[in-house]
Amino acid sequence: MIRYSLKRLLSLVLSLAIASVVIFAVIEVAPGDPASFMLGVNAQEDTLAALRAELGLDVSKAHRYLAWVTGMLSGDFGTSYTYRTPVAEMISDRLWVSLPLALFALALSTLIAFPAGIYAAARRGKAGDMAVMGATQLGVAIPNFWFAMMLVLIFAINLRWFGAGGFAGWDDGLWVGLHSLTLPAIALALPQAAILARVMRSALLDILGEDFMRTARAKGLSRRQALWRHGVRNAMIPVLTIIGLQFSFLLAGSIIIEQVFYLPGLGRLVFQAISSRDLIVVESVVMLLVFAVITVNFLVDLAYALVDPRLRSRT
Amino acid sequence: MSRNLVLGGLLSSLVALAALVSFVWTPFDYAAIDIPNKLKTPTGEHWLGTDHFGRDMMSMLMVGARTSLAVALVAVGIGMGLGVPLGLTAAARKGSWLDEVIMRGNDLVFAFPSLVIAILITAVFGAGAVNAIIAIGIFNIPVFARITRGAALSLWEREFILAARVAGKSSARISAEHILPNVMNLLIVQGTIQFSLGILAEAGLSYVGLGAQPPTPSWGRMLADAQTMVSFAPHLALIPGFAIILTVLGLNLMGDGLRDWLDPRLRVART
Repeated sequence: MIRYSLKRLLSLVLSLAIASVVIFAVIEVAPGDPASFMLGVNAQEDTLAALRAELGLDVSKAHRYLAWVTGMLSGDFGTSYTYRTPVAEMISDRLWVSLPLALFALALSTLIAFPAGIYAAARRGKAGDMAVMGATQLGVAIPNFWFAMMLVLIFAINLRWFGAGGFAGWDDGLWVGLHSLTLPAIALALPQAAILARVMRSALLDILGEDFMRTARAKGLSRRQALWRHGVRNAMIPVLTIIGLQFSFLLAGSIIIEQVFYLPGLGRLVFQAISSRDLIVVESVVMLLVFAVITVNFLVDLAYALVDPRLRSRT
Repeated sequence: MSRNLVLGGLLSSLVALAALVSFVWTPFDYAAIDIPNKLKTPTGEHWLGTDHFGRDMMSMLMVGARTSLAVALVAVGIGMGLGVPLGLTAAARKGSWLDEVIMRGNDLVFAFPSLVIAILITAVFGAGAVNAIIAIGIFNIPVFARITRGAALSLWEREFILAARVAGKSSARISAEHILPNVMNLLIVQGTIQFSLGILAEAGLSYVGLGAQPPTPSWGRMLADAQTMVSFAPHLALIPGFAIILTVLGLNLMGDGLRDWLDPRLRVART
């Protein structure tokens, strides 16, 4: 297990290193010089040079890459070109919206998908199964931002149960914050719940045909007991993979949903940064998202190995 | 043929037909502004109503279908064009450093959701439909590479491949002549699924302004325009939304149906 973990850890570090090079290289291709963009076309040459020095743009690319990476490792993401404030601060402020939103959506998606998937598998081929499968077919076809607009129309504008947008913050308590994230989280969770329910159902159906399930029934467990004690537990491996993948999709997907609800999260930050050519912010947010994806996948790999010892020897 | 295939095929053909017809005919000029007739709900003249500039929704929807389908189709082309050869090569050289490099490269690309790729590309080159195509296309590459490699690996163990090797064929020739035709069905099914995901991704990207730019109509942009008017003109949001849902639903059903039709062995519990 230790050897397996170390090998995975090495590949994690390598992936992160390559990803950082790719992101840095792509942003470096960007035409134009941030300093002249900030100061306008009429800027004096010496003012430009001074600003370049201040932003750390006057050294070689390799130097800048190293400064960026070592900075990030110590929590220093550089200074925003537009706002002149530390990028790390801007990101951590926004993470307090995006991260809870993604986690809230993940929780909702799991809460919907598990019962739906288990119910459908237990009633394979019957009306209940058909209904769940039909609903999931629709669920994966609905764009989440459109669904978000419909939720606003129904629950914010017509019924007035929720606000149509904006974020109340966490200062007034957990409940107030969660309340303003409820509609966005539902919108974000719906397509993921549909996918997860399908995976849950098919993983369970695969397992229901296994010999150990027959043994479980033969030793006197009822269908329901066998399903819960042996079926659901063994179906967790594919389900865990999808949950891991979904977290990163939810974090990236929250970027779009934030636009619908005018939430001050990472999405708003990155779009403002794109329009003001604040490339250091774009670079850092993208790196953070990719870091999240790679790390979550690493954790899922480790979780597998814990759940299923057979996998440790395979790689 | 299954019910799914027929229903999905019908829905998808309908959308494709609307997109094709829009090249020669639309009820109105999609860009024609007609302020006196703005925000009309569906009438005999304007079948799907008009938007806040009085533009005909039906015409915009038809031309928007062109954008959606073109972006998603080319993105699938990029994914297949690069992903399939990579997958075939990795399988042919299983266990070699080349296989390892290709598969680790795939993992890396997989860590960049298409939205993140689009953000990067847009930050550098500005927004546009081409960037959306590239972003979705890049995201598709590892999907096709993985599925091709997975299917090809099991084929390499089969006797007819051994026979081809005995006959002196190179790995490249075997991949092209024997492996590829045998994974084609799988690729067609996956292509349909990626096509529908591409439609959703394109809509999302143009909704946040990273896709097609004005004046090119796209379903995502129609929804972005509709957002502030949803309280008094919900049809502006409902109509493009339904168009996206029906298209994606059609393609997904077609994918399911094709899978069953092309390969009866796959008629198992679908995920």
